[in-house]
Amino acid sequence: MTGAATPPALETRGLCKSFGALTVASRIDFRLARGARQALIGPNGAGKTSFVNLVTGVLKPSDGRILLDAADITPLSQAQRVKRGIVRTFQITTLFRGLSVLENVTLAVSERLGSGGDIHRAAGSRRHIIDEAYALLERLALHDEALRPVKELAYGRQRLVEIAVALGLAPKVLLLDEPAAGVPSSESGTIVETIERLPADIALLIIEHDMDLVFRLARRITVLVAGQILVEGTPQEIAADARVRQVYLGERAHA
Amino acid sequence: MSEILSAVVSIAFFGVAFAMVLYLISVGLSVTMGLMGFVNLAHGVFAMFGGYAVTTLMNDYGMPFWASLICAVVIVAAVSVVFERLLYRHLYGGAELDQVLLTIGLVFMSVAAAKYFWGPLAQLFQPPPELRGQINLGFREFPTYRSFLIVCGAVLVIGLWLALDRTRFGAKIRAAVDNLHMAQSVGINTSGLFTLAFALGSGLAALGGGLGAELLPIYPGYATDYLVYFLIVVSVGGLGSIRGPFFAALLLGIADTAFKYLLPEIGSFFIYALTLILLMWRPRGLVGSS
Amino acid sequence: MAAVAERVVAGAADTFARRHRLRWYEALPWAAAIAGYFAFPDYLALGAQILATIVFALSVDLVLGYGGIVTLGQAAFFGTGAYTAGLLAAHGFGAPVLGLVIAAAAAALVGLVSGVIVLRTHGLTQLMMTLMVAVMLSAVANKANTITGGADGLQGMVVQPVFGLFRFGLYGNTAYFYCLAVLFLCWLAMRRIVHSPFGRSLTGIRENEARMHAIGSPVFVRRLVAYTISAAMAGISGALVAQTTQFVATDALGFERSGNVLIMLLLGGIGQLYGAFIGVPLYMIAQDRFAAIDPVYWYFWIGLLLVLMVMFARGGVLGIVDRIGALIRRRQ
Repeated sequence: MTGAATPPALETRGLCKSFGALTVASRIDFRLARGARQALIGPNGAGKTSFVNLVTGVLKPSDGRILLDAADITPLSQAQRVKRGIVRTFQITTLFRGLSVLENVTLAVSERLGSGGDIHRAAGSRRHIIDEAYALLERLALHDEALRPVKELAYGRQRLVEIAVALGLAPKVLLLDEPAAGVPSSESGTIVETIERLPADIALLIIEHDMDLVFRLARRITVLVAGQILVEGTPQEIAADARVRQVYLGERAHA
Repeated sequence: MSEILSAVVSIAFFGVAFAMVLYLISVGLSVTMGLMGFVNLAHGVFAMFGGYAVTTLMNDYGMPFWASLICAVVIVAAVSVVFERLLYRHLYGGAELDQVLLTIGLVFMSVAAAKYFWGPLAQLFQPPPELRGQINLGFREFPTYRSFLIVCGAVLVIGLWLALDRTRFGAKIRAAVDNLHMAQSVGINTSGLFTLAFALGSGLAALGGGLGAELLPIYPGYATDYLVYFLIVVSVGGLGSIRGPFFAALLLGIADTAFKYLLPEIGSFFIYALTLILLMWRPRGLVGSS
Repeated sequence: MAAVAERVVAGAADTFARRHRLRWYEALPWAAAIAGYFAFPDYLALGAQILATIVFALSVDLVLGYGGIVTLGQAAFFGTGAYTAGLLAAHGFGAPVLGLVIAAAAAALVGLVSGVIVLRTHGLTQLMMTLMVAVMLSAVANKANTITGGADGLQGMVVQPVFGLFRFGLYGNTAYFYCLAVLFLCWLAMRRIVHSPFGRSLTGIRENEARMHAIGSPVFVRRLVAYTISAAMAGISGALVAQTTQFVATDALGFERSGNVLIMLLLGGIGQLYGAFIGVPLYMIAQDRFAAIDPVYWYFWIGLLLVLMVMFARGGVLGIVDRIGALIRRRQ
């Protein structure tokens, strides 16, 4: 763990959000250290996705602050936060389905480098952008499918493109929303390996249901229940925690 | 009675009568757009053919007004089922553009078909003898047919609302508009429901077209020229809403009558501007959820 | 092995980087336009209208095919351009090129202002707003009939020779080449836009708006820029039609114009740059032939064609060509 002197990569202080009577975030104090490998778990409806939406700027908090590297980013828009390095992937694949794999990643790289609005020169003449995107595809072993439309890829491969697009934005904080959801177990190994090999300086928060995956990838786990942090700790601590068990056993009993 | 008060009463009276017709025609469109997510620019076609059916049955076959209305509703609702099964159903949940283009195609065909069968001029519409002339409501006289439209419209609206509130069919419609996925997972046959809702909406449009033939004359350009009115009612009312379009229709009916009375030449401009402002203020319509 | 892999690597990225290069078939429309001039000297007036309408269809393709904005009100910008050029010519400022530029600016301004309102919304609401803008302008043009001439048309347009040299004559030579030259410039601009990073980001917005937000793209601004450029181009088209026919009436702002151009684009292929070059001539030539025989039937058949295309041939002519191409490749 990092020392007290360095501020966390991402921090929320007293983060609140409610829709009328429904509270999805209630005074969440959350810290994600630099280079963290952390998981956010919780039963259905615990407010995990709302938390991601609050951090990335899709939702405006009712109260509280969000800090990136100790700088307050609460008033910033989604696009501005992406520029500062807060990047997410989506639980349900959210890609440019009709465009090629390379185009998907090129769009991200191009936006990051600030040339997405350039109207004068051809996209193809920006060779450094294409090369960077292509190198990323090579790293994720997607380069053989670079020119195929995303919608023709197997779902497991599409999940990898999700990650590739996110990496094209050079994230400091990467929020992976159920990265292996809906992927057959035969293909999920590749995704886990890809996540394990992500650069160590990226602070990673994995929102996940699959406990095997969580225990394999996370060094710390935060448990969210009813919009509040129930407990946070190492995987061993979480596995041993009676309250966590009750929440999960309780849920299973209902289901 | 002072002149101003008299004008206000006239505007309210004619506006409400117009609103009833607008609502009957448009409520089905609201359901199609809200429930099936289908941008149906051809909805006015059903109203137009309802109007043609009523005027033809009355003028050429000497059928009584009431019987013609019922026949028109049944015929149009039945034909609409064919359209729904053959065309509309394949584009549910599809791209908006495809729906727009398909229904523009249907509108074009309807314009040509109407011209071919009935000629370019507006159809003659004569209310039945008992509904002609003026009726004295004590403080002043009103045209009988418009008074009838208001009463008839009010009865139909209350009937429709009660039916949708009280019947199983209504409950299913409301459930499906609210959450289609949930409705499907609790075992509602949404395919049959869609067809039925479509037929009901088209039948009501035909009824509105027939009843309103005096206000919105039946001629080949009907489906394009009045389209803006129907779309305003639906978008201002709120998609999928049953009650929202009623208030929107009232607003439009009264505003349109008032502007035509006070600013006859530029009135439509203010109607459109008002719509634009309303939609800027509430993009999902008056009763739409945010 | 490594060498082979490297070549494959270079291959994909190279192919990707070369997409904006000119292909041989991109010369076809221009060759056809020149050939058409010599082959059908009696139809140059129709030819000029076709060329001007291609500009209009291109403007729609930019917002609809690339930007994914379904619009029922593109006639607002066409009409603004047409009336701007028409009024200038009717009041002694008949220099055509200057008229085009001012018409483009006026339409762009209407596009920018209405875009700020329209593009904040989605779906039916957006569709409605595009329609409202057009019907509002149409209502104004009708009301101001002392200035615009209303449905009967603007009186007294005097269009001067192009660059003071080429008169708009009876046979339509000047009109044809004037429209062709302007279309060529618009095509150059359009081609550059769709191949630029900006154009790519538009397709990204069309494909998935949520993801564009998530990669930090200023979606609203991008759309507004595209909408404004598209409006300018539609204004140029309106000005071309006004100048070459020396006539503008309120139908320049009408719903039918907005609807027809969608049909022409669908016929050729939406979002493909060349769909406009195929769909517009097909539609307008067929209309010229068949509508003369019977305008009532014309609308029936065009409506039926539209229904059939939406159900079975969504990609238009270019889509069919693509499919045949894919079939041949698979055979090989």
